Amino acid sequence: MSGMNRLVISIARTHVLARLRQTLVGVFGVAIGVGFSVMMASIMEGSQDDFVRQLVDSLPHISVTDERREPPRQPADQAFDAAEIHGLTTKQLRPGIKNPYAIMAALEGWLPGAVAPSVQAKAVIRFAGRDTAASVTGIDPKREPDVSKLATQIRDGSLDALYKSSNAIILGSGLAKKAGVRIGNSVVVTAGTGRTISATVVAISHAGVTQIDDNTSYVLIKTGQIMAGQTGLVNELRVKAHDVMQARAVASRIEAETGYKATSWQEAHEDLLSAFQMRNFIMYTVVSAILMVASFGTYNIISTITHEKTRDIAIMKSLGFPSYVVRRIFVIESMMIGIMGLLLGWLLGYLMSYGMAQIEFKSPFMDATRLPIIYAPSHYAIAGAVALMASVIAGFFPARKAAALQPVDIIRGAS
Amino acid sequence: MSALVEARGLHRVLGGEVPATLIDGIDMDVNSGEFLAITGPSGSGKSSLLYLLGLLDVPSAGEVTIDGRATSKLNEEARARMRLETLGFVFQFHFLLPEFSALENVALPMRALGRLDDEAILARSKDLLVSLGLGEHAYKRPEQMSGGQRQRVAIARALANDPKLVLADEPTGNLDTASSAQVLGILRAMCGPGSGKSVVVVTHDLGIAAQADRRLNIVDGKVSA
Repeated sequence: MSGMNRLVISIARTHVLARLRQTLVGVFGVAIGVGFSVMMASIMEGSQDDFVRQLVDSLPHISVTDERREPPRQPADQAFDAAEIHGLTTKQLRPGIKNPYAIMAALEGWLPGAVAPSVQAKAVIRFAGRDTAASVTGIDPKREPDVSKLATQIRDGSLDALYKSSNAIILGSGLAKKAGVRIGNSVVVTAGTGRTISATVVAISHAGVTQIDDNTSYVLIKTGQIMAGQTGLVNELRVKAHDVMQARAVASRIEAETGYKATSWQEAHEDLLSAFQMRNFIMYTVVSAILMVASFGTYNIISTITHEKTRDIAIMKSLGFPSYVVRRIFVIESMMIGIMGLLLGWLLGYLMSYGMAQIEFKSPFMDATRLPIIYAPSHYAIAGAVALMASVIAGFFPARKAAALQPVDIIRGAS
Repeated sequence: MSALVEARGLHRVLGGEVPATLIDGIDMDVNSGEFLAITGPSGSGKSSLLYLLGLLDVPSAGEVTIDGRATSKLNEEARARMRLETLGFVFQFHFLLPEFSALENVALPMRALGRLDDEAILARSKDLLVSLGLGEHAYKRPEQMSGGQRQRVAIARALANDPKLVLADEPTGNLDTASSAQVLGILRAMCGPGSGKSVVVVTHDLGIAAQADRRLNIVDGKVSA
């Protein structure tokens, strides 16, 4: 470092330390700006990530159903390209995906993830003379843990308990409570198709979402097929991709290979994902506004210091300090305040984010939850860079003004 | 004696709705080793003349030549460099940097010039303070010193880069009699034949003027007979 640069830093440091009260005001101004920016970004991005994660976790990454995007071409369409045919009755097909295990075996040859079948049926569960409406889902307990969190949501019993008896059933915690059922009780399940079975409750699941826990029950896939009246068919193949962001591409390939409609989670929630763009815009606007306000604070402080240092500037210039050196002194003072502010701001931002993460929210519809916070280095880097840049700019203009002072103007008016 | 400073046809007019003429056609020299007193009534333009000689201000017309170098065409940075290398200033108000100690204030011009290393700067700063009777006050800040002590620190700072010309604007204007005598004695002692240093003092005090080698009286921006 050259002697002049050392002198510049030494003068700047002396000014900053000697004007401790002003320096602290400037430092706190920057720190509050950086701290709140970091906290806001942590909360906003944390809540968004949490929302997306819940969205992705609550549903399969890809859902393959027996729907088709285009109605199948009828034999008459294929035979007469130029003919316009009216009044044909379409061929009646049994609803459901045929040969699900063969399709799953084919998919598993290349699929970057896991796949599991399911069958849905509406039913009424009768216990002790009381009827409770429920949704019955037939699952494959061996494959299910690979595509959903059901295995981890079992509170009493286990998923494998479905194999324990011929007609075993797992009830959602709310459903079990409504029906007054405990593990080991026998219930009568009557499906919408009219089929009735007697089933033994082997486990209770708890997803933490009232709508799921109050309505859902699980049985073996074969039982589900009987209830739905579609032996050998399933309603849905659920795919969990290793990389959730690849779900759209994987869905396209599944659809091309099987002919069944494959819907990725992105497609299913296209509207929500679009809403996030607006949310991000709002978030960055708010964060930028906070940093802007902090920058004006820094500008104010540096301007005040510069104004109060007018006489010193005249002294230095009369001694022969070049203008660029005077300018550099005040820019470096500003940078020092900025750096101290951003370091304190990082700490403040971390502590506030941590504090926010400790706040517990309770809702009658969901389990108690805490504010989702993301500790991303990029938040700290962006807030720090903007604050530092703002400090330099805030220092530059008063510094330029200071450097342009004519010493004789000050000396003449000195008293 | 050869002329260290030559001023020819100096004019300084302040612009504005009603232009004010501060200096009105002054020709003058400052000889090497000379102690020159510029006197005159308040508002006569003596300080303005000093600022022009010290390159703190730019003449509206005319030329100031210092040590053989014409200065009217120099840009601000070059004039600043010349002030740093060749000139030393002592003002009525000490104009020390308040956050720095006496030692640091004296060292400032040397650090800005960058000719000496840190050790040499420290040693010379201490020597200058000791030679002006301020050895024990080296680490005090201006607010911890008396007016006379501060003015002596300002003189030490003016001498830091061993200038050929020291310009003093009412250097004793704020001092008591004893301190005034002390400061004047120091300024008087630094010049003389063979010293290589000239001192120009602007003063109201005829007693100070009486001790000068030569006196230049200014009235209404002109040299008065």
